[in-house]
This record gives sequence, C-alpha cells and structure tokens, in this order.
Amino acid sequence: MTKMTLKDLTPGEKARVARINKRNIIGRRLIEMGVSPGCEVKVERYAPLGDPIEIKLKGTHISLRKVEAEIVEVEKEC
Amino acid sequence: MKKITIALAGNPNSGKTTVFNNLTGAHHHVGNYPGVTVEKREGKRYYRDYEFIIIDLPGIYSLTAYSPDELVSRQVLLGENIDIIINIVDATNLERHLALTVQLMELGLPLVIGLNMMDLAEAENLKIDCSLLSQLMGYPVLPLVGTKNKGIDELLDAAVHLKEGPPAFLKKIIRYQSGVEKHIEKIKGLIPPDSVMTGGNDRQESLKRWITVKLLENDSEVVSRMKRIPNSQALLAQVAESRQQLQEQYREDAELLIVESRHAFARGAVREGVEFPGEDRVSVTERIDNIVLNRILGLPIFLFVMWLLFQMTFTLGQYPVDWLDQGVSALSSTLEAILPDGLIKSLVVDGIIAGVGGVIIFLPNILLLFLGITFLEATGYMARAAFIMDKLMHKMGLHGKSFIPMVLGFGCSIPAIMATRTLENPKDRLITILVVPLMSCGARLPVYILLAGAFFGPNMAGNVIFSIYLIGILLAVLMAKLFRTWLFPGPSEPFVMELPVYRIPVWKHVLLQVWERALLYLKKAGTVILAASMLIWALFTFPVADNGNALDPAEKMEQSIAGRIGYSIESLIKPLGFDWKTGVALISGFAAKEIVVSTMGTLYSIEGEDADPEEEYFQQNFAERVREQSGFTPLTAYVLMLFILVYIPCLSTVAVVYRETNGWRWPLFLIGYTSILAWIISFLVYRGGLILGLA
Ligand SMILES: Nc1nc2c(ncn2[C@@H]2O[C@H](COP(=O)(O)OP(=O)(O)O)[C@@H](O)[C@H]2O)c(=O)[nH]1
Repeated sequence: MTKMTLKDLTPGEKARVARINKRNIIGRRLIEMGVSPGCEVKVERYAPLGDPIEIKLKGTHISLRKVEAEIVEVEKEC
Repeated sequence: MKKITIALAGNPNSGKTTVFNNLTGAHHHVGNYPGVTVEKREGKRYYRDYEFIIIDLPGIYSLTAYSPDELVSRQVLLGENIDIIINIVDATNLERHLALTVQLMELGLPLVIGLNMMDLAEAENLKIDCSLLSQLMGYPVLPLVGTKNKGIDELLDAAVHLKEGPPAFLKKIIRYQSGVEKHIEKIKGLIPPDSVMTGGNDRQESLKRWITVKLLENDSEVVSRMKRIPNSQALLAQVAESRQQLQEQYREDAELLIVESRHAFARGAVREGVEFPGEDRVSVTERIDNIVLNRILGLPIFLFVMWLLFQMTFTLGQYPVDWLDQGVSALSSTLEAILPDGLIKSLVVDGIIAGVGGVIIFLPNILLLFLGITFLEATGYMARAAFIMDKLMHKMGLHGKSFIPMVLGFGCSIPAIMATRTLENPKDRLITILVVPLMSCGARLPVYILLAGAFFGPNMAGNVIFSIYLIGILLAVLMAKLFRTWLFPGPSEPFVMELPVYRIPVWKHVLLQVWERALLYLKKAGTVILAASMLIWALFTFPVADNGNALDPAEKMEQSIAGRIGYSIESLIKPLGFDWKTGVALISGFAAKEIVVSTMGTLYSIEGEDADPEEEYFQQNFAERVREQSGFTPLTAYVLMLFILVYIPCLSTVAVVYRETNGWRWPLFLIGYTSILAWIISFLVYRGGLILGLA
C-alpha cells in the first residue's frame, strides 16, 4: 500500500500528520511552521492555478507547493 | 548615562516593526548589514536613567544558517555587546512563535518576552496566563498591544530589572531526549574554552552548549567555524559518530530530532499556559480568503489589485512627476537666462540640474508605489498575491512574489527593483532584479514610437512595438531560467510560508516605512545618479573645441569624448547595421533611454529639434535624414529598437541595483550581460533579416 501524503488530500479533507519524510530544508521549515507528527491538518484550498495549496493547522494558515506537500505523510481518521 | 543594548527579535508578522517604532519613536536610522542586503534598523530611547540602544533584527522563524536574515541575527546575538533580548511573539500564534523563543533562550542572554497582539487574543477568547508562562519559560512574559502602544514601557522596566536586579529568573534551558543529552556532554567536552569568544563564564557555558547543539544539527556555519580550532578533527569525528548513533537509536535525523524537541517544549508551555475556546468559528480572515483566493474570482481580483497598484504608481504619479518636471525646467530656463554663457552655465544647467532632476523625478512614483506595497503587506494581501502567482513564476525558476516587481517593470525599473524587497530569499531577489530591466519600461516607449512611426508607418507601428514588448518578456523568462540553472543552481527555497490573518494597517506605521524607503533611495541611489549624470554631461561637453567660429551642435557632439567613443565602438556595432552616430546616441541613452532620440536629432541635424516627435512631419523628416546619412532601413530601425530594449539599463537603474545589492558586483554584471545579450539578439535579427532579404 502506498502511503498517503498531504498532496493526496482534496480541499476540505482533514488528516493527521504521521511523518515528515525528508530531512532537508523543506522538512525543517515545515517543522518550524508547526507541521509535526501528531497534529491535525486540513487542506483549505488549491491556488487558482492549481498549485500551491493552503492548509490549516492549529488555527494558522500555511501555504506550500505540492512538491513540498509530498514529503508530509498523513493518516486519515476513520 | 548607563547604557543597555537590546536586540529585538521575533518571527515575521509578530508586530516587531510596530513595537520597534513605538520603542524608538522616530529616533532611528536604517542601513544595511555589511555585505548582505539585509536591512539594519537601529534606534535609541532614553528611559529611567538609561540610554537604550535598540537593534531590530530581521524577522526570522529560526536561528539556522539557511538564510542571510538568520545568519545576520545570529551574528548580532552572538556578538559582544547585546545585554538583553526582547522577543516579540504573537499571542494568537504562540506555539510557533515560542519555538523561536526556545532557541533564543539557548544563547545565554537574558530575555524579555513580549506577548503582542493581546487585543486579538482577547477577541478570539484565548485565556493566556502570563505569570504561568513566565514560570514555564523561565523569563518574564509581558502582555503587549503594539498598535495601541500598550505595554511598551513595561518591556523596558523588565529589561532594567533583569540588568540591575539579582537574577530573579531561572535561566531555563531546554533539555533534549536523554540520548541526545548524552552526546551533547561528550561533544561539549571536546570544545576548548577559548573557542567561545564572548561573555563571562556563565555565558561561555551556554554558548558552548549552543555550539554543540548546532554541531549535532549539522549547521554549516558552525561546522566550518569549528574546523579552524586546534582539535577540530577529534571534535568533528565525534560529531559525525554521535549523529550516526542518534540516527540509529531514534531512527530520525539528529537535526529533526532537535527541532522537534524545541517545538515540543513550546507546545507544552502553550498547553499549560493558554486556554483555548471550544470549537473555532469561521474567522473574518477565512471569509475574506474564500472570496479573494477563490478558484474563479481569485485571479481576476489579483489582476485588478495589480492594475490599481500600477495605475496609482504611474498614472496618478504622473501628475506630481509633471509638476516636478516643469519646476526643473523652469529653474533651468531661469538659470539659463541669468548665468553668463560658458562652461559654468553648461555644467549647472545641463549637468547638475539635469542630474538632480533625474533623481527627484522618480520620487513621486517611488512614494506612491511603496505606499501601495506597504499597505498591501500590512493588510496581509501580499502573501496571497504570492500564493496566486507562484505556479507561473515557479516555472520561470522564480518565486510567487517576483510577479509584482516584474509587472512594475513595465512602468519603470527603479520602483520595480525596489519592490523586490518583498522577496526574502536573496537568490530569488537577485534573479528578479537582474531580469526586471528586460520588461520594457515607459521611458523606452517614446523611442519606439518615433522609430516605428518613422520607419514602419502608422499602420504597422503598433504591431512592431508590441513585438518588442513580447520579446522583452520572452527574454526575461529565458534569462531567469538561465540564471537559476547556471548562476544559482541547487534546490530552490521552500515556499512554505504563513498566510497571516488580515489586519487593518496603522497609517502612521505605513507612512513611516514609506518615508524610510524614500530617504534610502535619495541618499544612496540619488548620489550615484547625480554623479553619473555629471559624468555623462562631461563626456558630451569635453574637450571644448573653441577655435573662434562656433561649431554647430552636431559638430560639437562629434568632437566630444562621447563622439570619439562613438567612433571607436563603430567597428563593434557595425555588424548590427549601426554607425558611429548610433553609437553616440546609445551612449547618451545610458543617462535615460528617451534621450536617444534627441541625440540622434542633434547628430543628424534634424530641423525643429523641439518639434513633437509624434508629429508626422517630424517623423518623416527624421526617417529621411537618418536614412540619408546612415543608410538605415526598417530592418536597422527594428534592430535598434531591440538593442535599446535590451542594452544597459539607464544609469538610475544601475544606481538602484547598486544600492539594493549593496555593492558594485551585480550592477556591473547587469551592465555586462545586457550589453552582450543586446548585441547577440541584434546580430541574429539583423543578419537573419538580411538573409531573408528584409533590407
Ligand atoms: N491587532 C493588532 N495588530 C497589530 C499589533 N501589533 C502589530 N499589529 C499589526 O500587525 C501587522 C504586522 O506588524 P509589523 O510590525 O509590520 O510586523 P513585523 O513583520 O513583525 O515587523 C501590522 O499590520 C500591524 O499593524 C497588535 O498588538 N494588535
């Protein structure tokens, strides 16, 4: 089973962050912005041109490109 | 008087600038940190028997070595002279902001934490227990409302208290996982005492620990610094081993492990010290974004905002520009009448006044543009603009925020280049600065109108000019890609950023910022523009060939230094179909591109020099003369337009690039690449045209 990432969520969907898959500057920046394992995120919308995406997390809104969203592994709650 | 030096630190959007302005009033100045394009603001405040020196650090999320902003902040904080850090945090966003606080705590300096935006926190029903937070963090935590100037003096009181009093606070430092702590102890023992430069014993201990943690995080700057100490080999070998072992133990990179611990600490503090209201409702910001970032409406709204900004800067700005222009010409004609003929008069009228005029003529545009941009930034819309345009700009290797400067480039490169300040990443910013001049600015239009009108006739002129604009855009895209791959290779800066909540700007602060920028432009760029205008004047004036019988203007120009340069570069531009006179005109275009036409007018002795260049009679006359004397064809005229589009931007642009990049390297590069590119493009089009028989 391939793992689900933030990129696979459609606007309005919520999920819980499971892991940040890369240890590069993007991973670090994501953690700095509060995207860390265990926290709940919601995809708010895609930009009018389809990329980047906007997510909501603990009351703040963060935008990131799809390639960046790809490294965030998420789990959907059932 | 006793002195306390304070560093003001905080995340972007924490309200730091607002607090800084409140702290210092208007008593501050703005400059640059040496060698980088990071703005440095420093101010003073006299309060209780102290003189406070307040240094405003750039807004940062973290103290890594990834961006110049962060490096500069670190340098200041690690330096000798900071007594106390005041850390401004956004109370409505505590967890993320406190993550920076945790890093500041590790530096071993006393810290005062200002909880800003308390008004918003109250409106959101957040219950924040400041005294509990103080206990948890180990440093005083004080409530603030920056926009209402509330709680500002209390910050200074706390600073005085920390400076004078017995150490009332815990000097807390965060502890990492036990495994990490074990390795910290091992590594710390290998750092020789004298490799930590500053502070008393206490501070030295903290800094040693800080260096150790940074080594474990594989911080590029600290690693290279530690390479220079005597036992560096043993030290770095231990670091590598520790990182390896931690990776095995926790199955996570040491760097992320450490970052995560800091966040966990911040998270813990927030969980205890803040009480959140129940279910969150749809905020005003979300409601606005539902419209402004809407899939269908988002783009048109953005384009409309761009249009407004452009109109305000250039259409509205045209009125004061015209007044200034009239003022300058009135002044020069008055002086023309008063002063006796001769070199002095020429210097004053054609050199100095023309130069000063060239500086202040842009001022209305710059003021209006910055009014617009600062306003958009203060409301929070700027981040949305980047969000909307990022896909397109990213394809060019740029950032969403590059779009605005590029559009402004169609008006004038100078405000456009100054607008690149909204780009935080220096690579993105430099590339944008380098390609902005390819967007054909307003000053080039009269040249196109004249050349296209004269050589292509009224029916074709529009299409011809349009094609020039298109070529400019294409070249900008192409060069941006080239620069991204060749000049600044490597992964691009993450786009990950906050979309801040919308706020109503405080006019006083907006105006203050606009004024600061304008002043910077006048001081730094203004002096360069003035000097260069005088140089150009000298090129066209000397040597003064005075053998009794007055020379006509064309002959004078021919004998000037500029004329000689024109001759000497003739062989260089001959392959493009230009002669020496074109060369001279192009040199004059360096002062401002619209001058090319009047120089050509003088050189080809076209009667009625003052005639309106858009008049048909003048155009015919111009075309005829130029054709007669230089053998220009429509093809050559087109190539000349292309050359004018691309070659060396005007000297004011070069001066602004010098000012914005803080050195001569990039303006020189800009001159170099545009000249070469202009030559290549012109050559290809000219030769191609000849082959196709388009003489
Ligand atoms: N409501 C409210 N807004 C504030 C407060 N402090 C700053 N702001 C606003 O927050 C925005 C960002 O402030 P600024 O000082 O530019 O933040 P900086 O990026 O940290 O320098 C501006 O629109 C300010 O007017 C505050 O205490 N309350």
